[in-house]
Amino acid sequence: MTAGYLSLTDRDRDEMLAAIGVSSIDDLFAQIPEEVRFAGDLDVPPALTEVELIRHLEELAAKNVHTGVELSFLGAGIYDHHVPAIVDMILQRGEFLTAYTPYQPEMSQGVLQAIFEYQTAICELTGMDVSNASGYDGFTVAADACYIAKHATGRTRIVLAETLNPQAREVVKTYAPGFGLEVVEVAHEGGVTDPARIAAAAEGAAAVIFPQPNFFGCLEDAPALAAAAREAGALAVAHVDLTSLGVLEAPGAYGCDMAIGEGQSIGNAQSYGGPHYGFLASRTDFIRRLPGRIVGQTTDLNGDRGFVLTLQTREQHIRREKATSNMTTNQTLLALGGLVTLAWLGPQGLRELGETCMSLVGYARERIPLPAAFDQPVFKELAVRTPRPARDVIREARALGVHPGYALGRDYEGMDDVLLVALTEKRTPADIDRLADVLAEVCS
Amino acid sequence: MQLIYEKSQAGRRAGRVPDYGLPVPEVPAELARKEPPRLPELAENEIVRHFTNLADRNFGVDTGFYPLGSCTMKYNPRVNERVARLPGFASLHPHQEDDGAQGALELMWELQQILAEVAGLPAVTLQPAAGSQGELTGLMLMRAYFADRGEGDQRDTIMTADTAHGTNPASVTMAGYRLVKVATTERGNLDLDDLRAKVDERTTGLMLTNPSTLGLFDEDIEEVAEIFHSRGALLYYDGANLNAVVGKSRPGDMGFDIVHYNLHKTFSQPHGGGGPGGGPVAVRADLEPFLPSPQVVRDGEAFRLDRDRPKSIGRVRGFAGPFGVFVRSYAYMRAHGADLRAMSETAVLNANYVLAGLRDDYEVPYDRLCMHEFVLSARALKKEYGVTALDVAKRLMDYGVHPPTIYFPLVVPEALMIEPTETEPKERLDAFIEVMKTIAREAAESPELLKDAPHHRPVRRLDEVKAAKEPIVKHAFGERPRVEAEV
Repeated sequence: MTAGYLSLTDRDRDEMLAAIGVSSIDDLFAQIPEEVRFAGDLDVPPALTEVELIRHLEELAAKNVHTGVELSFLGAGIYDHHVPAIVDMILQRGEFLTAYTPYQPEMSQGVLQAIFEYQTAICELTGMDVSNASGYDGFTVAADACYIAKHATGRTRIVLAETLNPQAREVVKTYAPGFGLEVVEVAHEGGVTDPARIAAAAEGAAAVIFPQPNFFGCLEDAPALAAAAREAGALAVAHVDLTSLGVLEAPGAYGCDMAIGEGQSIGNAQSYGGPHYGFLASRTDFIRRLPGRIVGQTTDLNGDRGFVLTLQTREQHIRREKATSNMTTNQTLLALGGLVTLAWLGPQGLRELGETCMSLVGYARERIPLPAAFDQPVFKELAVRTPRPARDVIREARALGVHPGYALGRDYEGMDDVLLVALTEKRTPADIDRLADVLAEVCS
Repeated sequence: MQLIYEKSQAGRRAGRVPDYGLPVPEVPAELARKEPPRLPELAENEIVRHFTNLADRNFGVDTGFYPLGSCTMKYNPRVNERVARLPGFASLHPHQEDDGAQGALELMWELQQILAEVAGLPAVTLQPAAGSQGELTGLMLMRAYFADRGEGDQRDTIMTADTAHGTNPASVTMAGYRLVKVATTERGNLDLDDLRAKVDERTTGLMLTNPSTLGLFDEDIEEVAEIFHSRGALLYYDGANLNAVVGKSRPGDMGFDIVHYNLHKTFSQPHGGGGPGGGPVAVRADLEPFLPSPQVVRDGEAFRLDRDRPKSIGRVRGFAGPFGVFVRSYAYMRAHGADLRAMSETAVLNANYVLAGLRDDYEVPYDRLCMHEFVLSARALKKEYGVTALDVAKRLMDYGVHPPTIYFPLVVPEALMIEPTETEPKERLDAFIEVMKTIAREAAESPELLKDAPHHRPVRRLDEVKAAKEPIVKHAFGERPRVEAEV
């Protein structure tokens, strides 16, 4: 009896070997040169039945301190927002869950239409003309944007606001040598980016990427940053949070060429960092440079509407070394979770979500007995100064059952005393009171 | 079927967000949203129905046989979905301190050990998001390795086979290398003479899928490795076809220095209609210092993320990788244990059985025993009856079978690339063989039946040329295109 999910009986196996005209399974592997065949058993842990497997994984999961155990104010790019109950129900439909990329459209109208609806939603939120079917995450889409900008402008320098998520900046720097790009970072001033500094750095650059809201939670003067980039002939790329776009202006409305970001906040579990979806949307000008899948509308033999993967001459399976990207797998299922969540919220719910986050962060500003690190308007995160290193404050607060947030000193020199506190609609004023009490206790 | 936007009614809604009665700080006027986004406005009941109806118009492994070559459409166990949703995994914040994420780190470390054993290479990064990102990571590792040896300027070309997946040449370009293509022999192996003529001091490495996209194991793999290694170049293993050889032959033993895995193929992460995936990369010991940061390491009984990696290529994706994918793949491995070998043996048995059943009805361009998949050609059907591989694919839909991969690999005209996978029972394989025979008969007797196919799907054959010529990639609010009749 074999383990796993195999479904042949001994009799099946004998009949099949006979039909093939060989006497054993080993005969099928005779084409592998003997010297590179693997003899013996793999040294891996023993097989488990379903009961044992669940027990084993429950034991591992129990060693983690998740956001349902600790009262958590961790954010910094990934957030504990509510995922509507219907999301999981829809994502577990086997027709979505167990399908491959929709190469055969007549078998795949469901997912193709869903992606078309997702692309529409991303364009509505960002004010852009075209969206791809998703990118790997909110960081790799920044590298994608750089590649587009390089080919669109013929320039080879990328300007990143230092207030952009540090992991996004790291990914861009990892990709840059292969892309033939040089990366320049612009320091913040008082928690936000100065448009004049961007203007100076953007001279001769292919693109400027800036966040809204930024990594410190602060609102940037995004229209001025976009204008500074564009006046220098660089593409303006805004890295935005979908949950903010019910209350904050769409990047398309203030002249951005591209809008990118992490979609996790809308419809995905935190899941220790993935899988999530990145979104990438642009003006029409760049439609033939976008990486990854794009779904388009067409008609069938009867003249009825249908959907297909389109503009495939951009893609690796057609264009090979001349493709706009090597991307094939994307994050369709996670993006579907995003679409379902956006439909569940609707325009009204999305605005309320933003307002609730802002109201909670406003309350936190009043209650937390620590000074704000930056005197700027914020969206759903607040940076505060701690009297001792933030890492120590975090450790001591956690011992009291509260995770107070993210230590910005992890990424920024000179910020060892800055704690970034994130608020989502799942935290209550009473939770903030408790956070304030714990911070008062450990900081006194 | 209507779009969700076409079902929208102003003022209707589903979800409600808590309002804690706190004052809402004002957004500075120049930063505030002026026009609300036109998101759908529906009751929750209608949202569920909309997506249920969309699901009904989609086909997955759960629906039926899905022999899409090189995609390894095996069964996706539901227990994996259940364990991935345990709150200790799903609600774990990626910035949680290591001491609060020991279970997750332990799982990742164990997964690295199993992957290393499968590849026959000692070090693994889990970070890459998909196979194609694994490829790019592999090429970045080559760049860093040769730069470290002072050979960075000298080596600027990468070789790929003419049978390679399109991702290989595309990755080469993205990584800033020049592509050199290598031919395949009539037997389906790499052409050693062509290789020897092209490998020189500028060669950085070779990217190869083994077994190849023809479903054939390269019988000269040791010579291939020797040709590259003797010039100091590296071998990259594209793991798209790893499902053929787990526990049977290890890429490290074949001579490969860098290997990527597709967790969504070999290790059953559901592909979700296009993603997510997972593309871990394994390397030989002297390439380990260059792996992306952070890296999961073990210190005694504890596990941690190591960020102190001065030679690392850097970060290729967020955090330590797509963790939910790791949970599912780890669960799949643990359900098999060392019987992962039986997984590959059965995949190869199933493929050869279907190949044997179809040998008399379709042209077999490389007539050998195959590995986990095989390639047929519809060239004869095209010549005699004007029926193409595309027509065969579309007709399969009418019989409730997902078509195989078609027109790939490029070296086979009218290619049909068939991969049954190990989780299919014999009855499914027999039924597929019968359907393929029937279609071959239909091609001769009533070719129009194939040319007009499909006949029994929610839509008829779709005009892909039109879609590309006049791209419509989002809903035009207010317009009402023709849709098929709906209740």
